[in-house]
Amino acid sequence: MNAASADAIPAQRFDWIPPALLLAIVLGAFAMIGTPSTWVTLTVAGLAMGLLIFIMASGLTLVFGLMDVMNFAHGLFIAIGAYVAASTVKFFSAAAGADSFLANLGAVVPAILAAALVAGLLGWFFERVIIKPVYGQHLKQILITTGGMIVAEQLIHVFWGPDLLPLARPATLRGSFLIGDIAIEKFRLIAVVVGLAVFIAMLLLLNRTKIGLLIRAGVENKEMVEAMGYRIRRLFVGVFVAGSALAGLGGALWGMYQESVTVHIGANMMVLIFIVIIIGGLGSIGGCFAGALLVGLVANYVGYLSPKIALGSNILLMVMVLLWRPQGLYPVSKQ
Amino acid sequence: MREFPPVADALLAPLLTLTGVHTHIGHYHILQGVDLVVPRGELTMLLGRNGAGKTTTLRTILGLWRASDGSIRFEAEDIAQRDTPAIANLGFAYVPESMGIFAGLTVRENLVLAARSGPLDEARLEWIFRFFPPMKKFWQLPAGLLSGGQKQMLSISRAIVEPRKLVLIDEPTKGLAPAIIQNLIEAFAELKKSDTTILMVEQNFHAAKSLGDSVAVMDAGRIVHAGRMADLAADAALQARLLGLSLEAHQ
Repeated sequence: MNAASADAIPAQRFDWIPPALLLAIVLGAFAMIGTPSTWVTLTVAGLAMGLLIFIMASGLTLVFGLMDVMNFAHGLFIAIGAYVAASTVKFFSAAAGADSFLANLGAVVPAILAAALVAGLLGWFFERVIIKPVYGQHLKQILITTGGMIVAEQLIHVFWGPDLLPLARPATLRGSFLIGDIAIEKFRLIAVVVGLAVFIAMLLLLNRTKIGLLIRAGVENKEMVEAMGYRIRRLFVGVFVAGSALAGLGGALWGMYQESVTVHIGANMMVLIFIVIIIGGLGSIGGCFAGALLVGLVANYVGYLSPKIALGSNILLMVMVLLWRPQGLYPVSKQ
Repeated sequence: MREFPPVADALLAPLLTLTGVHTHIGHYHILQGVDLVVPRGELTMLLGRNGAGKTTTLRTILGLWRASDGSIRFEAEDIAQRDTPAIANLGFAYVPESMGIFAGLTVRENLVLAARSGPLDEARLEWIFRFFPPMKKFWQLPAGLLSGGQKQMLSISRAIVEPRKLVLIDEPTKGLAPAIIQNLIEAFAELKKSDTTILMVEQNFHAAKSLGDSVAVMDAGRIVHAGRMADLAADAALQARLLGLSLEAHQ
């Protein structure tokens, strides 16, 4: 064969520009904010918000990328997670009200697990009954998932009532750690730890297991995966259930963060989630992670520096990223 | 009448037989009664002009397009109405015209996925590396960074990473430099020694006559000629009639 093509080792480089952009934003914010303690507080808040969004968005980006499904009902799984968490914390109210961190975990951990489990089961039902008949039909997917969400929201009203549901954070998870004059809210740290754990677990799953390889391959070329003898529909169901469970987990944490739950808690997050998965590149977990951090940090910095434009800051961010990289920060090649 | 013991029967019987296969894609009637026999242990060339239905035939065999009529017998089973994963698991491998490599996965990961039955077999890998040394060299490199020829090598390596009963290959030399085409021809010649049955679509007549044992020529969605490749290679008039003037360019 051609000697030149055989000998040349193509360059394999990690794209450092998105992390560098994040770093530039963090450092730029430091220069603009001026006060180190405020900057640290805002940065931790931004990272926590970003990682919570990542937990909720990571499943949806895989659903888009792998299954090519426009699921506008993803917010439903977030809401269900938050409601189930509220009910579970109420059920374990003695543990939640105790003055011990370990006892509090006895309420929080079951709440998070129950939220993920119920959202995952609902996701399985949703995929089998609502999504399956409309694979490959985008307009119908949008209509039926939106309709399904409306019906499910009314069912939430039936089960939990139409009023705002309190979701009190357990005693030891309230308040802040004080380091000098820097205040870091405890629950935000928990959100950062859980978000990073989910990210690392997803990276390990996607890169170190055959299921993960199949998901990555399926995002690129579903037909070839089937031609190799793998049943991609089974993978679709698994990814949809896992994505729904993650949305439920994120909803539980987001509800605890806000200390209240309404039926619109998920729908209210959907704009940010869509921005994150579009900025990141559809189907890209790394892109979703970078996009979520970008959105979380920008929302917090702009909210402090210029509250009047905070509402539109993330839309502006999406426009700028797409003008720069139309396929997102870390695009996935598709065939 | 000669009688064969059962084992010999199985060896002599064609591996794949298409009878009266029709395929519609949308409103288009692409395959219009394809009759094709793929002998066991041979490399069968499927030739024909652009748009004759060669790629559709491969895709129909694998269930990527569903046959609207006719039968596709693989060994003793009719697979025409089976889905693609079920057909693939009978012992098929597929090298599509687009190569179908997973660009974001490394060379190793592409091969790991192709090895359906378990971990990669080291001896088999070494055998593949003999044909395609770049696969060893770029083992941990994302496949999207490989050159066109190397991507084709990866696509073929995936198809043979485990023993398969039938390998379907669609235009492996398309768009490749002559030196790489020669390299592929040598690799396929080696592969033939392993008694792998191959059905290959090819536009490059030089490659086709170098490799083919048997040949079928398609036109307008039908098989219009079937026989030995050596006979077609020796008959210029037949080549011109079946494959047209464009054949000159390939020779």
